[in-house]
Amino acid sequence: MTGSGKNDDPVVAENLVKRFGTFTAVDRISFRIARGEIVGFLGPNGAGKSTTIRMLCGLLAPTEGRATVAGFDVTREPERVRERIGYMSQKFSLYGDLTVAENLRFYGGIYRVKSAVLPERMRFAVAMAGLAGREDALVRSLAGGWKQRLALGCAILHRPPILFLDEPTSGVDPESRRRFWELIHTMAEDGVSVLVSTHYMDEAEYCNRIALIDRGRLIALDAPGELKRRSLDGALLLVECDTLGPAIAALQGAPGVREVATFGNTLHVLVEDAEASRVTLPPVLAAKGVHVTRIVPIAPTIEDIFVQLVGRNAEAA
Amino acid sequence: MRLNRLKAMAVKETLQVWRDPRSLLIALLMPFMQLILLGYGVSLDIKHLPVCVFDREASQNSQALLKGFQASEYFTIVEADANYRAVTTALDRGTCRMAIVVPPDFTERLTDTGASSIQALVDATDTNTANIATGYAQAVVGGFAANVQLEAAGAAGRPLQVMAPVALQSRVWFNEDLSSRNFIIPGVIALVMALVGAELTSLTISREWERGTMELLVSTPVTPMEVMLGKLAPYFIIGLLDAVFCLAVGVFWFGVPFRGELVTLFIATSLFLVVVLGIGYLISVNIKSQVGAAQIGLLVTLMPTTLLSGFAFPIDQMPLPIQGVTYLVFARYYITALKALFLKGSGLHDLAAPLAAMAIYAAVVAYLAARAFRKSLD
Repeated sequence: MTGSGKNDDPVVAENLVKRFGTFTAVDRISFRIARGEIVGFLGPNGAGKSTTIRMLCGLLAPTEGRATVAGFDVTREPERVRERIGYMSQKFSLYGDLTVAENLRFYGGIYRVKSAVLPERMRFAVAMAGLAGREDALVRSLAGGWKQRLALGCAILHRPPILFLDEPTSGVDPESRRRFWELIHTMAEDGVSVLVSTHYMDEAEYCNRIALIDRGRLIALDAPGELKRRSLDGALLLVECDTLGPAIAALQGAPGVREVATFGNTLHVLVEDAEASRVTLPPVLAAKGVHVTRIVPIAPTIEDIFVQLVGRNAEAA
Repeated sequence: MRLNRLKAMAVKETLQVWRDPRSLLIALLMPFMQLILLGYGVSLDIKHLPVCVFDREASQNSQALLKGFQASEYFTIVEADANYRAVTTALDRGTCRMAIVVPPDFTERLTDTGASSIQALVDATDTNTANIATGYAQAVVGGFAANVQLEAAGAAGRPLQVMAPVALQSRVWFNEDLSSRNFIIPGVIALVMALVGAELTSLTISREWERGTMELLVSTPVTPMEVMLGKLAPYFIIGLLDAVFCLAVGVFWFGVPFRGELVTLFIATSLFLVVVLGIGYLISVNIKSQVGAAQIGLLVTLMPTTLLSGFAFPIDQMPLPIQGVTYLVFARYYITALKALFLKGSGLHDLAAPLAAMAIYAAVVAYLAARAFRKSLD
């Protein structure tokens, strides 16, 4: 390819649309992923994350728009695309009735990994998945975290320059999740571009950029820090009080308050001016019989950003 | 098409069959069971048909006649009744399939008029058996009548010469013992092939859908052709092994003659396997649940192979429209070839027509199967 600059991006999606009957699962999504970049797809279930990933892997045909992966059009040259990607689906999809080694050998064969390097690649995948010594165990007998890491191992056997990981950490214990992200970072450092979807908000911090997806729309795309800094329209206060219900009712519509959201047994209140509201809000709450134990300004999390952007998207829809 | 992908696919499929008890059962136990059941259980020959007798005369003559039935290998006298009610009951209950009633004036009329008759009551719920049994009974009575004539001639001092104007001297060819096993066992091979093809192959794609492994498979660069050939290769081998097993059991255990050439059998069996595997695969691609696919598989391969191929029911005795339908039943050509190979020892050029029909079938099915699987989740 001779294209300059951005045309070299391994993943380019332009106005992707996918409709199932009258339902629009993906609504004009455009983005790019650079070499060695980790982009996180964040959003609730059914937002269109998986559908977008499946279109990029050539599993589903886009209704409208176009996408190129590794420089190849996903609709016109899907096989070229498939040779250059590794895919981990949301549902576990290795062969449960095959052993660890048999699954690896199968995908090694399917991806035409040279037999001279296959044993070495398999050893690497087994070690990475923490399955050394269990090569002959049937995959269905493995616990969730191991299965997921083995699935990743199968997806990277052929050293693809692009990885699509659809909720790779769902249902996996925190320790396994942490190890998983370390692996993804190692691969990104080697130049692999990664698109990973998740509904764990805390995992967003591991990504170079985050794409927030809601109702089929891409509502924000930026680095986590930037997203927090720019997207939040106002300042955030943490409110601890004795009863949440009346407090929410009292805060909604109170002067200077933009949004109220519950976080566990506390409230995150988006206000125009943190210092001013810190003084004005406790009396407002006290008037409704709510006793405030603590009210402090806090730094927003991705979840705060998400709640706010989804709210705006819902208003727009 | 890449050989290493095809090989990876075939190895994977073999391992899955090996670890799936249901598939193993179909591949290994079914041929054995079919051979035992059909080899021993099904016999279209009539031998030792249970007969009851009601001898109303009880004379030397009547006893001599009934001895003729007892001596015949086709009949076994199971009871002697004393009245019509007992005869009716025996037929109703099925303890006998035929009743022979000798009238009280049997000898009297024979001596007076030179002609007498006996009554045969036949259970014709199975018309085929009834027809054949009546024929055998006539033969027994005919033998008795010849003896009576001989004795009468002897007594009258005339030369011992029986009047037999025209006699049919028949010789049966190909199945000299007229043993139904000899044409059932070759048919069992077709049945087993159809079963293996339909049952095993129909699961192969639906299994991937049901277990969610299809999602990942579709995301790989494997081509539909590699998927099809890689998946079907193990079943083709299993089918051939089953055919060898059936052939060996048929020839060495049941003593069925095999007079043709093994090469011709191999060609016919390969063509038939391509057709059944292709059909099983087509079903599997289109029906995404394993149970549904297996049932439809049985319906379109095993049923016509059993009923419309000439395996058990002769095609030329079917109503004309049904006979027309049998030309579409691919098993018909294989059964024809099998019977000819086993019993007639027909060669490749004798069987050109059925083999050509199967080759056309195989080509069409292979073409459709190759185009059936699309790598998409849409």
